[in-house]
Amino acid sequence: MLGRAKSFFSKTFDAIIPVFATILVLFIGLFVLSALGKDPVAAYKALFDGAFGSQRAIIQTIIKATPLLLVGIGICIAFRGGVTNIGGEGQIIVGALASAAVALYVPIESRAVMLPLCLIASMLAGALWGGIPGFLKARMGVNEILTTVMMNSIAVYLSNFLLRGPMIDPKEIEMGTRAAQTALMPETTWLTRLAPPTQLNTGTILAVVLAFVAFVLLWQTTIGYRIRAVGYNPDASRYAGIKVPVYQVLALVLSGAYAGLAGGIEVFGVQHRVLENISASYGFNGIVTALFGNLHPIGTIPAAFLFGGLMVGGNKMQRTVQVHSAFIDTMLGLIVLFVVGAKIISVSRSKRRARNG
Amino acid sequence: MDNLFSVATIFGILGMAVRLAMPYLYAGLGELLDQCAGCFNLGTEGIMMMGAFTAFYVVYRTENLLLGILSAAVVGLLMGLIMSVISVTLKAAQGISGIGLSMFGVGLSSLLFKTLLDGTVLSVNGFRSVRIPVLGDIPYIGDAFFNHNPMVYVAYVLIPICSIFLYKTTLGLKIRSVGQNPQAADTLGVSVDKIRYLCICLGSIMAGIAGSTFSIANINMFQEKMTNGTGYIAVALVYFSGWKPKGVLFGALLFSFVNALQLRMQVLGINIPSDIAMMMPYILTIVTLIFVKSRDAPAALAKPYERSEN
Repeated sequence: MLGRAKSFFSKTFDAIIPVFATILVLFIGLFVLSALGKDPVAAYKALFDGAFGSQRAIIQTIIKATPLLLVGIGICIAFRGGVTNIGGEGQIIVGALASAAVALYVPIESRAVMLPLCLIASMLAGALWGGIPGFLKARMGVNEILTTVMMNSIAVYLSNFLLRGPMIDPKEIEMGTRAAQTALMPETTWLTRLAPPTQLNTGTILAVVLAFVAFVLLWQTTIGYRIRAVGYNPDASRYAGIKVPVYQVLALVLSGAYAGLAGGIEVFGVQHRVLENISASYGFNGIVTALFGNLHPIGTIPAAFLFGGLMVGGNKMQRTVQVHSAFIDTMLGLIVLFVVGAKIISVSRSKRRARNG
Repeated sequence: MDNLFSVATIFGILGMAVRLAMPYLYAGLGELLDQCAGCFNLGTEGIMMMGAFTAFYVVYRTENLLLGILSAAVVGLLMGLIMSVISVTLKAAQGISGIGLSMFGVGLSSLLFKTLLDGTVLSVNGFRSVRIPVLGDIPYIGDAFFNHNPMVYVAYVLIPICSIFLYKTTLGLKIRSVGQNPQAADTLGVSVDKIRYLCICLGSIMAGIAGSTFSIANINMFQEKMTNGTGYIAVALVYFSGWKPKGVLFGALLFSFVNALQLRMQVLGINIPSDIAMMMPYILTIVTLIFVKSRDAPAALAKPYERSEN
C-alpha cells in the first residue's frame, strides 16, 4: 500500500516537472519582454485573453490544439520506441498534399467512402515520410534525427512545387493571381463543423479518440509492449527475440501516420484547401507538446490545449501589444531545453529509489 | 544564352562553390570538435541564426565588420554555454536538447529582427573580395579560387589548423580520448566535463561565425530563417567526413558545388523546376548519410558521461 502511494507520488512529481519548467520559462519571458521595451504584464494579459479569455478564444485554441495533439502523440510513440521524430513538419505537409490529391482527383461521390479514404491517404503519406528515415535507421544505422530534418525540407520544396505547378487552383491561373494553393476541396470530403461559424470540426474528436487508441496500443498490446521494450533497452529486446529494426520502423511509421493525419484534418476540417505553410510549425511545437505531456498520449491532451493556447494567444499578443509571435517560438525552445534538462531530477530520484530498495 | 559546359560557366560554378562552402566549413569544423569529444550539437542551426542576426545588427549600427564577427562569436559562446549546461552537466538527451536550442535560436533571432529592425530587410556593406596577388591574375582559376572575401580564406586556413589541433596537440588527444572512451580518459585524470564544455563552446563559437558569414560576408542582409537548414546539413557533414577535418572540406565542397550548380542551372534557365532543384542538397544529405561508415564515429558520440560510482 505504502509502495503504491510512493509510486503514485513519484509519478505525479515527474508529471509536474514540465509545469515547473513552463512557469520558469514564462518568468524568464518577463525579463525578455522588459528588455525589448514592452510591457510584460500587458503582453501576458493579451496572451492569456487571446488563448483562454473568451468562448471564441477557447474554440480557436482547440482548433490549433488538434494538429498539435496528433503530432504530439506521434512523437510519443516514436520516443517510446527509442527513435526521435523531428519530421512532423514534413509529415504534415505530405499528409495534406496526398489527401488533397485523393479528394481532388478521385471521382467518387459518396461521402461515406471519400472522407475515410482521404484521411487514410493522409496517414499513409505521413507513414511513408516517417517510414523512410525509419527504414534507413533500422537497416543502415542512419541517424534518424538528421534524416527526418532533411525530409522536412524536401517536403517543403515538394509542396512549393506542387502548389505552384501541377496542383495549383485552376481559378488562380484564370485570374492571374497565381497564389500557391490548391482548389477548394469537394464538399463531400469536409469534416463536419461542430460550432459554425467557427472552424471547430469533428477532427478534434477523432484526435482525442486516437490519443486513447495510442495509449491502448502502447500499454495493452504486444506490439506496443515490444515498441516500448525496444525503446527502453534494444540489446535486451534483441536478446529476448524481438526484431528490433522492425519495431523501430514501426514506431516511426506510426509516428508519421499520426502527423500525416494532422495534415489531413487541417485540410478537410479547417482550411478546405492546401495552402503554403500548412504545417505552421505544428511539427516542431508538437515536440514541445509531447515532452510536456511526459511522452504519454493521454498527457499530451492537456499539453496540446495549453500550447494551442500559446499559439493562438501569441497572435493576439502580436496584434494588440506588438510583441511578435516569434516570442512564443523562443519560449517554446526554452521549454524544451528546461524539460529535457530537468530529466536529471527524476532520473536521479529513481536511482536513489533503486539504491534504497 | 550561356552554355552550362563552357569554361567560363564551369569556373563560375567552381568559384561560387568555393564561396558557398564557407558556412559549411565554419559550422562543420565546429561540429567536428563537438563530436570528437562525444557531443552531438544539433543546436547549430539556432546558433547560426543568432550569429547571423547579431553580426548583421552590429555591422548595421557600427559598420565595423570585425566587431560584427566578434559579437557573433560571443553570442555563439553564450549559446554553447547553454548547450553545455544542458547536455554535459544535466546529462540531457543531446538530440532533443539540440532541437530545443535550435528552436530557441531561430525564434529569438526572428523576435529580435521584428523588434529591433521592425522586420525590414536591409542590407549592409559586408566583407569585400580581396584578389590575391599573382595567383589571382591567372585566367579563370584566379577568379574562381583567389578572388574572395577574407572570411572565405580564413575558413580554408582553419582546416589544417583544426587538423593539427586535433591530431598533434595534447589537448587534441584528450578531446579524442573523451569522445572514444570517457571512462578511460577519466581514469587518467582528464576531466571529461571540462573537455566537453570546451569543445561545445569552441564549436558554438564557430557556428556563430558561420551564421555571420551569411549576413555580412555573403548575402549581406538579414532575413528570417535565412540559414535554411545549413546548420543541420553541417551536422550531417561531420558524419560524412568520417570525423576528419579533411573530410569536412570534401563534404563542404561537395554540398556547395551542388548548391552552386543548382543555382546556376536556374540562372541559365535549364528546364528543371526551381523547387525541385532546391531539394537537391537535402536529398544529397540523406544519400551521403547512407554511405557513411559509422564505424569511424567516436564511440561515445551522443552519450552523456556518468561516472559509475555506486
